Amino acid sequence: MHNLKAITPLRGVTPRLDHIGTISITEVVDQALASVAARKGQSAVMQQALADHIGLHLPEPGHAVIAAPFGAIWMGPDQWMITAPHDSHELLASEVKEIAGRSASVVEQTDGWCRFDVAGVGLCDLFERLSNAPVRTMAPGSAIRTTMEHLGVFLWRLADDHMAILAPRSAAGSLHHGLVAAARSIA
Amino acid sequence: MTQVNRLNGGLIDRSTSLNFRFDGKTYSGFQGDTLASALLANGVRLMGRSFKYHRPRGVLTAGSEEPNALVELRSGGRQEPNTRATVAELYDGLDASSQNRWPSLERDFMAINDRFSNFLTAGFYYKTFMWPKAFWEKLYEPIIRKAAGLGSLTGEDDPDLYDKGFLHCDLLIIGSGPAGLAAALTAGRAGAQVILAEEDFELGGRLIAESCTLAENSGADWVMQTQAELAGMSNVRLMPRTTVFGAYDHGIYGAVERNTDHLAEPAPGKPRQTLWRIYSKRALIATGAIERPIAFENNDRPGIMLAGAVRAYVNRWATTPAQSVVVFANNDDTHQTARDLMAQGVKVPAIIDTRPDAPDVEGTEVLKGAEIINTSGRLGLSAVRVRVAKGYTRDLFCEALAMSGGWNPNLGLTCHQRGRPVWNADIHAFVPGEGLPVGQIVAGAAKGELTTDAALRGGAAAAVSALADLGITATPADLPAAQDAPVSLSPFWHVKDAKRAWLDFQNDVTVKDVKLAHQENFTSVEHLKRYTTLGMATDQGKTSNVGALAVMAELTGKSIPETGTTIFRPPYTPVAMGALAGRATGKDFHPTRLTPSHKWAEDQGAVFVEVGNWMRAQWFPRKGETHWRQSVDREVLQTRNSVGVCDVTTLGKIDVQGADAADFLNFVYANGFAKLPVGKVRYGLMLREDGVAYDDGTAARFAEDHFVVTTTTANAVLVYRNMEFVRQCLCPNMDVQLISTTEAWAQYAVAGPNSRKLLQKIVDPEFDISNEAFPFMACGEVTVCGGLRARLFRISFSGELAYEIAVPTRYGDAMMRALMEAGEEFDVVPYGTEALGVMRIEKGHATGNEINGTTTALNLGLGRMVSDKKDCIGNVLSRREGMNAPDVLALVGLKPVDAKDTLLAGGHLMNKTGPVDVANDQGYVTSAAYSPTLQSSIALGFVKGGFDRNGEQLRLVNPLEDKEILVEIVSAHFVDPEGERLRA
Repeated sequence: MHNLKAITPLRGVTPRLDHIGTISITEVVDQALASVAARKGQSAVMQQALADHIGLHLPEPGHAVIAAPFGAIWMGPDQWMITAPHDSHELLASEVKEIAGRSASVVEQTDGWCRFDVAGVGLCDLFERLSNAPVRTMAPGSAIRTTMEHLGVFLWRLADDHMAILAPRSAAGSLHHGLVAAARSIA
Repeated sequence: MTQVNRLNGGLIDRSTSLNFRFDGKTYSGFQGDTLASALLANGVRLMGRSFKYHRPRGVLTAGSEEPNALVELRSGGRQEPNTRATVAELYDGLDASSQNRWPSLERDFMAINDRFSNFLTAGFYYKTFMWPKAFWEKLYEPIIRKAAGLGSLTGEDDPDLYDKGFLHCDLLIIGSGPAGLAAALTAGRAGAQVILAEEDFELGGRLIAESCTLAENSGADWVMQTQAELAGMSNVRLMPRTTVFGAYDHGIYGAVERNTDHLAEPAPGKPRQTLWRIYSKRALIATGAIERPIAFENNDRPGIMLAGAVRAYVNRWATTPAQSVVVFANNDDTHQTARDLMAQGVKVPAIIDTRPDAPDVEGTEVLKGAEIINTSGRLGLSAVRVRVAKGYTRDLFCEALAMSGGWNPNLGLTCHQRGRPVWNADIHAFVPGEGLPVGQIVAGAAKGELTTDAALRGGAAAAVSALADLGITATPADLPAAQDAPVSLSPFWHVKDAKRAWLDFQNDVTVKDVKLAHQENFTSVEHLKRYTTLGMATDQGKTSNVGALAVMAELTGKSIPETGTTIFRPPYTPVAMGALAGRATGKDFHPTRLTPSHKWAEDQGAVFVEVGNWMRAQWFPRKGETHWRQSVDREVLQTRNSVGVCDVTTLGKIDVQGADAADFLNFVYANGFAKLPVGKVRYGLMLREDGVAYDDGTAARFAEDHFVVTTTTANAVLVYRNMEFVRQCLCPNMDVQLISTTEAWAQYAVAGPNSRKLLQKIVDPEFDISNEAFPFMACGEVTVCGGLRARLFRISFSGELAYEIAVPTRYGDAMMRALMEAGEEFDVVPYGTEALGVMRIEKGHATGNEINGTTTALNLGLGRMVSDKKDCIGNVLSRREGMNAPDVLALVGLKPVDAKDTLLAGGHLMNKTGPVDVANDQGYVTSAAYSPTLQSSIALGFVKGGFDRNGEQLRLVNPLEDKEILVEIVSAHFVDPEGERLRA
């Protein structure tokens, strides 16, 4: 076991948690990510392999699915982001590659992203100040790629009062600042 | 002062008294007042001075179209000029000042302009300030600029926050008068997603300004009932205090919501205003109509107001502008003004109606077929002179005049995409024509439906039809019966033979100015506007454009529609710059990207530099170092003598996989990659389609079907985007997949003769990284520090024996600390971007300074890299004759002949003797640094035919400072030209 200590995207030892009014903003660091992109003409093979081995049925555009402990977000044509708990699946990319074999290109994306989970009844009020996504009509299970604070992000509606945001890790501080400012604005 | 003009009734809250100040004097008003209504209630008619002639002015309207009553609100950083008193909501402690006057509103020295009005006619400055020519810039323009303009800014930073947001709806309804409310009820009950935006702080439009009744209720009561029902619908969003200011593409509207302008200041963290971008499937313009003034002699005195505004002040704000009010009109509608005033006990000496057949009004005299030919009163109206039908004149004493020339549909938002209004002869006004923005419909008075009944029913019908387009079935809301008398109006624009009759109050344009424009042949509407400045003020001529068109039509003998149309552009009313900027100001102007070692570097006291959005350590000062050069020289020497570490995470990393990955890279790079063995890295150069070099980097082959490409920091996004373009559009049949991994890996350059020894302590022992097993340009997957997955590359930017080691980003901070700890015995040094730059100049490696968008591979000395054995982006055009001439610019090294001289980048090179001019230019310096290794200033640059001019002396010239330095052309590889160090 190596002796290197991880830090969070906000450069903390433990994840940051903010409560502002009815809103909570949680820095999420316990999710591993791997992108899968089907090799030419292999999409069906790849999707079948993932369904067979881990019960993960890759979602349609604009959607995400959960097949615990795995989840998947549609990213682009024949391209998805797979998630799983970091502690038990730190080598998620290798696992997925093992399953998909030559049908997919798999790339470790865990630390390419930061994730914040925003929860609370004022969720839509908050997000309509940050993104042009139609948050009020986004049903749980929908996930879209959009921009927030000038950053390319994924918005993943986990529940009516719960949204996950994936954003570039290096800009976690700027995104967090935007979330907190918007939460104060509506508090 | 007491509220001498306050009446009974109204929609103000008399239980909440508010104190406010205007020009230093304290007054009181009530909750629900505007600044204008409160000033009128206190007997204040004089509120401003006009733009050009500094004429005393009072309030003309009761809404956002106000041209006269412009004030400065608040003070310090919050001071806002040109705020319309008619829409400034009163709050306790409000502080307002008049503007464009000196020393006071009552005594304004600049009013002297009014005496010289004969000289200050339209276009006067084009004619007057022609000679001598040189005086324009130095004398005339500064004086005119100082005299012009209205309000002022303090220059202090705005302390307020502004939000920006995005809303989506089926139906956006703009305006909450009868049409808007009827539409909202209809659409809301049908379950559609509705946004109802109202610029006022109260819903209702004219319904709360008139004494009208809807069935048995007052208009205000019906508004209250309707508002309560709408507020209970979760699918309806009521947005008072929200001005929709622009109609943009695809049903998108811009709106400003004034969140806290009605408070002394926002609570901490709360926005003052929110700029909304509203994405609507359909938008209903229900913006009502704007009343038009009549032009007559001295029609601009304080106290002369639009009749509809007088009714609004009386009925909504329980305020009369004066105790004696004359009415002047060309229509029946306006007679109600006299009835409303008399019902409150205000004297109405007479109604002057231009129509000989005007109806009678009980309680006052109607002077039929009469006109007002002049007014008097220095700082406010004291009397009007009337020419009655029989031709003699009569003076009527009054302190206010309510005038009306009819109503113009308020169609600004229908014009924002070049929609041209059309003339409706029935109501003598322009109405929205063809060519409305996509998804836009119009109803109510904005469409020319000028009765309350027509507006109510028009609004409901418009909602039904808009929703039907969207597949939503709606039935018109049941609506109360309302006033439906036909419009009875006889066009009347101006009283003939007036010397000075105002059309545009804000820009001081009179009937005479229009006549002058006509006389000088500026008869086109567009010329008229620019020559006279009509309609060019902040009110966009809302009350003046049609009147001026009518005058011009009369002069040219054409009809109004033949003369031209009026058109409006966004914004509908002024928008604060702060609202447009939103939160993206100061350090939040763009996102900041931090490197994995940022926290550690901060602890070391690093000096950071912005590189794009990244913050990179520039150097790491140590105790006792007083100048950046000391730190940088130390970092360079210590790296070259032992070992240094630099965070290079910012370089772009693109993961390329697929059966055709090698062929793909062969196509995007100028040099070959097909035969690169697994476990090896190669330097690569990318060309634009035009053959000019645009980025360089490396590609490491981890498997037959897997490469990792690196790019420069600056071009990481551009290269990725271009590669995606090639993948999707140029090579769609290739099996290749791309994804960025820039942020996923923390990557450090470990450079210097002791770098291997240091890394041998970090890389787990089962991985042999000896020179034999892991030679120059090797790459591989390893583990470090007892099992963490990592990638190791043996590449060198510094020219030293060097590696780059990458670990998952979350461990980047720990990795940096581990490298420093392990390197302690070698006196390891962290180095920043400055030392990085010095070392690459010493080694002769190009960066953005050299790959600057004008240079080719040949210029860079890399001509042979452009393979002619394969096709690649840019290679065909790189073969153009001019780019391959014998004397093309070539990258060379330069050093001063006198070692004491300092070379600077940017200077041009000339031959040792001869003229210094463009024709004799020999090239230019791209990069320069002090080399602590060579203890001399050194530089890289491009010199014509430079590859064959080694040893030649040139002059590095700086004609601006009259300086010349003698330099010698040397190899660009100042350090280790044979590359022995990096292969050690």
